[in-house]
Amino acid sequence: MRGIDAGYLVLSAILFSIGAFGLLVRRNPLVMLMCVELMLNAVNLTFVAFGMMLGDIAGQVIVMFVLVVAAAEVVVGLGIVVAVSRRKPGATADDIRVLRG
Amino acid sequence: MLGQIDGGGQLPAELEQLLQSVDATGGAAGVAEIAAPVVAWSALVPIIVLALGALLLLTLASLLRGRIGPGFFTGWTIGVGLVSFVTAIPVWAQVQGWEQSFLWWDPADSASGPFSTLGGAMGVDGFSVLLTMLIALAVVVCALVLSGFARREGDRHVEANVLLLLSAVGGVVMVGANDLIVLFLGLETLSMAVYVLAAMNLRRVESQEAGLKYFVLGAFSSAFFLYGIAMVYGGTGSTSLVDITDFLSTNLLLGGSSVLVLLGIALMVAGFAFKIAAVPFHAWSPDVYDGAPTASVAFMASVVKVAAFAGMVRVLVVGFDTFAADWRPILQVLAVLSLVGGALLAVVQTNVKRLLAYSSISHAGFILLGVEAASEQGNRAVLVYLVAYTFMVIGSFAVVSIVGRTGDAMHSVDAYRGLGKVSPALAATFTFLLLSQAGIPFTSGFYAKFYAVVAAVDAQSAWLAVVAMLSAVVAAYLYLRLVVTMWFVAPGDQTPSRGLVIPVSTGIALVACVAVTLFIGITPDPLTKVVDKAQPVVVQPPAPVANGTGDLNVDQLLGLLGEGGAGGAGGAQTPATGGR
Repeated sequence: MRGIDAGYLVLSAILFSIGAFGLLVRRNPLVMLMCVELMLNAVNLTFVAFGMMLGDIAGQVIVMFVLVVAAAEVVVGLGIVVAVSRRKPGATADDIRVLRG
Repeated sequence: MLGQIDGGGQLPAELEQLLQSVDATGGAAGVAEIAAPVVAWSALVPIIVLALGALLLLTLASLLRGRIGPGFFTGWTIGVGLVSFVTAIPVWAQVQGWEQSFLWWDPADSASGPFSTLGGAMGVDGFSVLLTMLIALAVVVCALVLSGFARREGDRHVEANVLLLLSAVGGVVMVGANDLIVLFLGLETLSMAVYVLAAMNLRRVESQEAGLKYFVLGAFSSAFFLYGIAMVYGGTGSTSLVDITDFLSTNLLLGGSSVLVLLGIALMVAGFAFKIAAVPFHAWSPDVYDGAPTASVAFMASVVKVAAFAGMVRVLVVGFDTFAADWRPILQVLAVLSLVGGALLAVVQTNVKRLLAYSSISHAGFILLGVEAASEQGNRAVLVYLVAYTFMVIGSFAVVSIVGRTGDAMHSVDAYRGLGKVSPALAATFTFLLLSQAGIPFTSGFYAKFYAVVAAVDAQSAWLAVVAMLSAVVAAYLYLRLVVTMWFVAPGDQTPSRGLVIPVSTGIALVACVAVTLFIGITPDPLTKVVDKAQPVVVQPPAPVANGTGDLNVDQLLGLLGEGGAGGAGGAQTPATGGR
């Protein structure tokens, strides 16, 4: 293990929690998308930190894959959000509840 | 290659120094002997066919706009599915070590038996090949259902077919993934296409709501899954199941590492549980099934579950078998909750799509019994159940898509009142498929449930088997209630006034589903024989072949970069930074 303390792991755990919490409490679809991004990037930080600790490059390579996935996910997410808001401008997650949870 | 860069002479001095230092440590010989991982292309053909088929279809549809119509799209999708299925047969032959004359390429360089390819990223064994075939067939049947559905709804676009194929690519990648990151990529490919399929019906606001809900919760669960992979990576130092099993069988994890791996397993189980809609991660499934276009739901309920369960078996039962004592209790809780919750909540539903959603949750509970057993017997049960379930559920949703009528909105149980008098053939088909879902003898559902229960008993969890059978009784009540509604209740105002037209393509799909369900129900031997040879295994990949032509091997390149990058970021160790 290289001399990196667990601070990065704690930081990424905090970021991940903020993202998860935000996704659960915020109602704006765009903010929810941002929270998903925050969660994925927190995981990226975890991967890089572990990669440095293990002296293994794979942790940093994985980040590239995750970045691509995150980008694709935003594209799909924004597409769906656009489709929803065309129908109901300014919709929040509370407004669209035709289906009973 | 490094020499060429140096020859350019335009690099900053630091980078040049860094490169030289890498050159010194790696040595000139190291660069010359770079080797590529062995790629068994023949085993990847089914995936490539699906992926290329999807992309070509999209290209053709854009180039020949107006000249080719929905008939071509459906035909193409079915063709691609069938080709993918057929190209998987020789792979099966190779894995089982059949006669070489059966193969249409020279298998001299590839030994028979299960193997890993792409440097260990993809596993090719009976398990992955069988499920690849199942997914390919599910694509064919779903394309037939989709065709009839889209024609009625007046949807002449190509997107649904392309998404079907792309999603299947993700599924096929998932069933063979031997590396957690590859598994994640497959999961995302699969899910993202399905998010769009769910939001496909632009006329119904419910459809978009379903898409948004599925997307948000799916992305949420994917993030947890990925975090789990990160934890496993931290604990074991690799994301490859090959390396992880090696590492776990030779090292006793203590303290921090073991906590990391356990945390990782828990997070990954949560991610899988979202995809298979196990209670308490099921909240999205009734809403999404209710809102999404019925033809998409048929795909969602079948292929997504097949792929997710395949990933679950491969990761948990094969990859983390040394941790079985830790993850089995989690799965037992999930199984009990899904079995009981799915059956009980289904009883109070008045919408057939929601009812089938809860019933598929209870099916997921049964399949979890097989996974939980963590044995060969359990894997067999999972496979039999997945095959049986795929055809039952696609057939059921095909019926629902017809009864929904134009607008895809008539899904209340009332719409099925007296259906037997109005459309006897359709009602009879639905009755048969529902009875199969209930697990009546002479249907595939019976054997599926039977093997799952046997696996649970053999794995010393008889109490789980008792819970499963009791919940099956409750679930049988709701299927029979639907059957009674169809045959013994007078038609109401929501019942179709005259016989429903069954589109030809949907009719073919229904006949296929009923035939498979009946065939397995009468003689399960062919299926069980195949399933016996389809155990998942993790095999060491063949060593990279040195080829002296100067092609860069990814591993070595990464190794070089690793030395340079890690040193540079770590500070004070490389000559580049040390010299300043």
